[in-house]
Amino acid sequence: MSQVTEYSEKVMDHFMNPRNVGEIEDADGVGTVGNAVCGDIMRMYLDIDENGVITDAKFKTFGCGAAVATSSMATELVRGKTVQEALQVTNKAVAEALDGLPKVKIHCSLLAEQAIHAALWDYAQKNGIVIEGLKPPVNDIEETEEYYNM
Amino acid sequence: MRTVDRMIYLDNAATTRVKPEVLEAMRPYFEEQYGNPAGAYTFAGRINAEVENARKTVAGLIGAKPGEIYFTAGGSESDNWAIKGIAYALEKKGRHIITSKIEHHAVLKTCEYLEKHGWEVTYLDVDRNGFVDPAALENAIRPDTVLVSVMFANNEIGTLQPVAELGRVAHARGVLFHTDAVQAYGHVAIDVDEMNVDLLSVSGHKINAPKGVGFLYVRSGVRIDPLIHGGAQEKGKRAGTTNVPGIIGLAKASELARDTLDERAAYEKELRDHLIARIESEIPYAVLNGDREKRLPNNVNFSFRFIEGESLLILLDQAGVCGSSGSACTSGSLDPSHVLLAIGLPHEIAHGSLRLTLSEENTLEETDYAVDSLKRIVERLRGMSPLYEDFIKKQGAKS
Repeated sequence: MSQVTEYSEKVMDHFMNPRNVGEIEDADGVGTVGNAVCGDIMRMYLDIDENGVITDAKFKTFGCGAAVATSSMATELVRGKTVQEALQVTNKAVAEALDGLPKVKIHCSLLAEQAIHAALWDYAQKNGIVIEGLKPPVNDIEETEEYYNM
Repeated sequence: MRTVDRMIYLDNAATTRVKPEVLEAMRPYFEEQYGNPAGAYTFAGRINAEVENARKTVAGLIGAKPGEIYFTAGGSESDNWAIKGIAYALEKKGRHIITSKIEHHAVLKTCEYLEKHGWEVTYLDVDRNGFVDPAALENAIRPDTVLVSVMFANNEIGTLQPVAELGRVAHARGVLFHTDAVQAYGHVAIDVDEMNVDLLSVSGHKINAPKGVGFLYVRSGVRIDPLIHGGAQEKGKRAGTTNVPGIIGLAKASELARDTLDERAAYEKELRDHLIARIESEIPYAVLNGDREKRLPNNVNFSFRFIEGESLLILLDQAGVCGSSGSACTSGSLDPSHVLLAIGLPHEIAHGSLRLTLSEENTLEETDYAVDSLKRIVERLRGMSPLYEDFIKKQGAKS
């Protein structure tokens, strides 16, 4: 029933000891993706220098073990990369870097890719630039608000 | 996976261990008394007599007659049989069934199956604590309704339904009443006559009997089609070579459960209420799911806002604590528990649920250790939760 026993050692390592957890104050790009309905929300913070190189990446994630591990791995993979290179960090790359994910958790790696894209989109918006091949992100995390305002 | 040596088992609603006395009672039926009770020789006859004694024992726990007990392979079979068996037997009378939205999947999926084959099913709503409203049941009954199935105690949130009242409403309109008592049997007192029950499902492994044995109570005079065809066992109603060791184990476990019911329930309640009180006073933004009073003595279910259940379970496991969650991630589907959604929890909060279920073997010290671990883990997960970050920022902006 549980997927926990199917996690690779790398997934467990990145879940138990996540890299780059936290916030970046006044980050150059922040992106939040996912939705509460399926239970995964990822937020990625990026600092990007004047040469378009990602100098820092941090994350916060609400989600399962795989969601935390893919977020952690995604921040590791984009650090030191240019914006264009970071766009090439696909869900497949994230999953492979973690020695694979259980089948039902593949969507977590997709979320990690989307989180990178959303943060880059925010960076592009703030700086009035166009990043080729980048689409605007989507998210909907407001359901809970309504419940507590009832 | 665990990083500590100790294990604190707080998942007794999932299954329990076979007690030594139970295993001891079963052992001869594997080794020496292995005969098929259907046999014509003395060797078989003696075994058959023991099976009939077992039937008498379990019947006694629910105020039934031995002839109304049909041994099965467990809770899921009993639920499947009760619903399909009545549906087919009463097909000519009508093809409408009423159940609730918080039933075990053994009931819900069986109802969905029947819907695909021409039956209509009404799924009653429950309130915030998980109760079915008897008035709503009354309104849902139609001339073609043949069966009402509402569980005795919910497996996730522990809510105890007003079974007697629901049964009374069904009977007043001439409709049969089935209750899935898998979580209740051996944990709370049951009387099928006082509670107006016509069919009742039980599973052995929830009360220290082995897995793979249970029974269905069918009130005498109630017509039911068999689910498993092929042999004359169980008065021709349930084929399959009699699971003698399992049945003997179920009877022994039932006997022990009966003899210890009151003190065990009192002890478990003490641990339960201690867990609830500590979590409520020491962990902020924790919501108790289910009713505070009318709940199983061994059930604790909380939602911790801003965090997700699977992460919580993995970290609890690392600390040596076994629990379970209604999170989607632990079920292999994308949706969180249908029970938590039915009591009105938003998805995000349903994903952050934790169920801890006690047994008489747990100690106060174990529950304290579990809460201490939980506090640390919830804090850690909130520290990396974007939902918590947003919440705290909003709180700051308000003040």
